[in-house]
Amino acid sequence: MDKFVKFSGVVAPLDRPNVDTDAIIPKQYLKSIKRSGFGPNLFDDWRYLDPGEPGQDGSGRRVNEEFVLNLPRYANTQIMLGRDNFGCGSSREHAVWAFMDYGIKVIIAPSYADIFYNNSYNNGMLPIILSETVIDELFKEVEAADSYELDVDLESLLITTPSGREIAFECEAFRRHRLLNGLDDIGLTLQHADDIKAYEKKRKAQAPWLF
Amino acid sequence: MAQTLYDKLWEAHVVRENDDGTSLLYIDRHLVHEVTSPQAFEGLRMAGRSLWRTNSIVAVPDHNVPTTDRDKEIADPVSRLQVNTLVENAKGFDLTFFEMNDVRQGIVHVIGPEQGATLPGMTIVCGDSHTSTHGAFGALAFGIGTSQVEHVMATQTLVMKKSKNMRITVEGPVGPGVTAKDIVLAIIGEIGTAGGTGYTIEFSGQAIRDLSVEGRMTVCNMAIEGGARAGIIAADDKTVEYFKGRPFSPSDDQWDAAVKAWQDLKSDDGAVFDAEVVLQAVDILPQVTWGTSPEMVLPVSAVVPNPADEPDEVKADGMQKALDYMGLTAGEAIDQIQVDKVFIGSCTNSRIEDLRAAADVAKGRQVADNIMVAMVVPGSGLVKKQAEAEGLDKVFLDAGFEWREPGCSMCLAMNADKLGERERCASTSNRNFESRQGLNGRTHLVSPEMAAAAAVTGHFTDVRALMEIA
Repeated sequence: MDKFVKFSGVVAPLDRPNVDTDAIIPKQYLKSIKRSGFGPNLFDDWRYLDPGEPGQDGSGRRVNEEFVLNLPRYANTQIMLGRDNFGCGSSREHAVWAFMDYGIKVIIAPSYADIFYNNSYNNGMLPIILSETVIDELFKEVEAADSYELDVDLESLLITTPSGREIAFECEAFRRHRLLNGLDDIGLTLQHADDIKAYEKKRKAQAPWLF
Repeated sequence: MAQTLYDKLWEAHVVRENDDGTSLLYIDRHLVHEVTSPQAFEGLRMAGRSLWRTNSIVAVPDHNVPTTDRDKEIADPVSRLQVNTLVENAKGFDLTFFEMNDVRQGIVHVIGPEQGATLPGMTIVCGDSHTSTHGAFGALAFGIGTSQVEHVMATQTLVMKKSKNMRITVEGPVGPGVTAKDIVLAIIGEIGTAGGTGYTIEFSGQAIRDLSVEGRMTVCNMAIEGGARAGIIAADDKTVEYFKGRPFSPSDDQWDAAVKAWQDLKSDDGAVFDAEVVLQAVDILPQVTWGTSPEMVLPVSAVVPNPADEPDEVKADGMQKALDYMGLTAGEAIDQIQVDKVFIGSCTNSRIEDLRAAADVAKGRQVADNIMVAMVVPGSGLVKKQAEAEGLDKVFLDAGFEWREPGCSMCLAMNADKLGERERCASTSNRNFESRQGLNGRTHLVSPEMAAAAAVTGHFTDVRALMEIA
């Protein structure tokens, strides 16, 4: 996994609660057996007016000009501002792969669904939680500006707005450590292989039917 | 100190506590399907890693499989490649695997318990959010992403922080015609789709205890729709009875010890929960969702709500978007809404009990003329076989329903079963998100009984009225 230390980019506002993973990446794209290539179909049902199919040439598709990512001022979106319960629904990690592949590496929302939240960290994407009040302010600022960029610093746990205002955010220590150092979870866990084997031995004696 | 069931399950599976506040949690059973596993197998191969414990895995294709013409190869080449990739991985990694035409094949959350591969007291994961289903047996079961699938494959563990405890008690018995699906939809209507975020929910109370194990699976299945990764229900005599003689159940010489251990799979008296919610079963009526989130749900006797009555601006806006998408108007009576298609199936409602209940309503009636298709998709090959032995297939076919092969089917429409633009569906599945069942399709979540009632009347109907006639 790549390290995540600092990230800056254009912010796009997605002003609706309960954005689900079916919307983020529709089911037909889950048939892929790869981790890459989902970006062109991020929010496919909202970005396009015609039905999308895996492997199709996207150039001839009818674009939904009203969808936020299709507005010219959000053409280079790298940070998404969202509402409550962002990423609810299915466990599909493809949702996070689609954001990353599109170039969005930071989401800012008041709350997330658990599985999406975990999947984000496991792929080097940062889901920042801020209070509803701060989120409301950010929505207003983003929508009022022609182009709105934020600087996100995971080391100092600060977001800097275009006016220079600093907004502090929190990130659990273990998640921050892994992201800052781009650590491989499996490699770390396998350092405790002896503990896992010891657990199995003890558990097998207590509950042999589980093995 | 008095412990909750979740506390007990958690504690029994902690391998070690890490310095950073996380724990390494041991996973007993890993269920695998074709959609969320190929990248994990590929990851293992790239890193030169092997499976930690091969016999912990049970693999089955379910999301992509067609529900017709199963003797032929899968027509969609992309689906075929994904299913074949699972076949190859199952061979390459020597997995317990039920191929598409094996009678034991079916939806992963139906076949796990059916085979006894899901057992009380286990930790169970799958790259699928509806893994919460298996909590119905006093097991800790939750969905994970593909990175975690790979982590479990390589280490048999997950790095996790313990969630909080919530108890939802449904007091008293439900009335006739009110099902497990109605109970869980009413719960989600009460707590909201994010109400359980960060919690493991234990469902309790008489209405839950009264349910069959199948009904309990329906309730736990939709815990994730209330935001909770895991839902659990205490094990009891019904649980023990269910696992007698199943292929993966404890062998005869271990059975008594297992049953003894399962007696403790309940919250201790006096255990403290971080949050408590209490519902009265008598207040729960047959439910129908009207919007694009499972929390947008009301009794069938209600009218479509008015966003103008919602004080929260963001919520009101969400309601209006939902009504526009669903093609509904505030004030419209739910039981007057006409339906185009009916889907009875999914990991929520495709078990034998669900099919019996739907067949009871369909029996001696006919699918209404305005219904384009009413399909019944059993949860597994064995459910299908059992239903056929009981003559349920005949009941459905005589009434004008289609009788299909097992799989996830139109719950998420990864195979050929889907809604067309603006088609309205009475569905026994779990998600009414936009385009979930097909691009711009309109999903209303209901119980199997209510789906059958909609099929035979052509619109949403309080199934209790039909039951009185019958």
